[in-house]
Amino acid sequence: MRTEVEAPGVEPRDVSGGVTVAGVGKAFGAVQALDGVSLRAAAREVVAVVGPSGCGKSTLLELVCGLQAPDAGSIEAPPAALMPQRDGLLPWLSALDNAAVALRIAGVEKAAARAAAHEHFAAFGLEGFERARPRELSGGMRQRVAFLRTLLAGRPLLCLDEPFGALDALTRGQMQRWLAEALQREPRTVLLVTHDVEEAVLLADRIVLLSPRPGRVIGTLDVPLPRPRHRTETDVVALRERALEALGG
Amino acid sequence: MSAALIILAGLGAWEAIVRLGWVDELILPAPTQVLDALWTDRGLLAPDLATTTWEVLLGLAAAIAAGALLGIAMHVSPRARRALRPLVIGSQAVPVPGIAPLVVLVLGFGLAPKVLLVALVCFFPVAINLYDGLRDTDADARKLLRSLDASRWQTLRMLELPSALPSTFTGVKIAAAVAVIGAVFAEWSGSDSGLGHALLTANGQLATARAFAATLLLFLLAIVLYAAFAVLERRVVDWTPRSTPGDS
Repeated sequence: MRTEVEAPGVEPRDVSGGVTVAGVGKAFGAVQALDGVSLRAAAREVVAVVGPSGCGKSTLLELVCGLQAPDAGSIEAPPAALMPQRDGLLPWLSALDNAAVALRIAGVEKAAARAAAHEHFAAFGLEGFERARPRELSGGMRQRVAFLRTLLAGRPLLCLDEPFGALDALTRGQMQRWLAEALQREPRTVLLVTHDVEEAVLLADRIVLLSPRPGRVIGTLDVPLPRPRHRTETDVVALRERALEALGG
Repeated sequence: MSAALIILAGLGAWEAIVRLGWVDELILPAPTQVLDALWTDRGLLAPDLATTTWEVLLGLAAAIAAGALLGIAMHVSPRARRALRPLVIGSQAVPVPGIAPLVVLVLGFGLAPKVLLVALVCFFPVAINLYDGLRDTDADARKLLRSLDASRWQTLRMLELPSALPSTFTGVKIAAAVAVIGAVFAEWSGSDSGLGHALLTANGQLATARAFAATLLLFLLAIVLYAAFAVLERRVVDWTPRSTPGDS
């Protein structure tokens, strides 16, 4: 931990780590959330987990992040940074301090943490909003602050839980393009949970399809398309349709 | 605005009832007579106001300190919660007029019993509102901090305490409004100054107007204390919608 404290930055300690989830099950009381789920993500691969609401997608991310233990199966994952479903920004902190939260928790001095976060504000389209409180920011800006905070945690794996689920369609499209670009600049292993099939096709290298509860893997789709992708491209549309069909849509 | 009108109408009716001789002014003095007593007896009442204000301020400070300690202790330690919660709740069933003489017997006629009784009346809303506020934090923010391996202390300092501030201020404002009750009961049980003492002696001398004047000062003291904490709250808790209405 100390070495990272002295050199705060977005470079992860270890980018070699891929994720292996093998036969994982998790129940909450009588409710079986996940049942025998297996998936893999190679280093620097973006894997989308798509399924209907309530299929245990968020639970899967919490297991991978180590917030909960599985009842069955095993999980191998490098240290992960979670971006919760709603942004989880702290309303009393400025945008800058929210972005720097992970560094502060890691023990970085306030001034150094702010400076490290501020380096990215221009690239994240947040310049001029350093002192703004979350409620003064638009939905898209809040998500960018939350994503920057996730990135600055300096972990090799990013777990994004429906990052754009609360945004309007227009903003969501912009943010998807923006995230694709950000990941090209700062490649990471990413687990992206979403119920939006199109979002998965636009952003992921591979798509894992989950069934309704209890969540089981019902298929995997490779997305061997060049980036940047656009929603109207025939290949994108075709893949989206295949995924929807597999999900029974 | 309408509140002021209602108060003015009430005061007018009150004045009229007394002036028309419907009630004995030894039992109910007219508002103007109360104001008159407030002015003529100002040399008598001012030191009493100072005494009671000081008792209440010290008692509130003690209550906030004790309430904060108890609220945080009950939150972070299940053992402290099991041990303290019944006592904290039970403490509010203690009849203050009943134990005030005992407290005065033990602690004497000085400042200590007043501060203690004010604190006894006031710590509860602080402790309980803080405790509830500490538990009622955003689930996503909590998950986030856990995923970042935040320590217990970091979670308390970075998430739980700021998030509990609004409800804590609610508790402190309630405490500020009821604080004078503790001071008055303590003064009744033994003291030679303070507004409660003034009230008692004025009653004994059938100086009803002065007794009302002392009560008016207690009334104003509670309002000023409450308003002071409300202003402080708006300065400290500047991120909630309450501070800028209509914005969210």
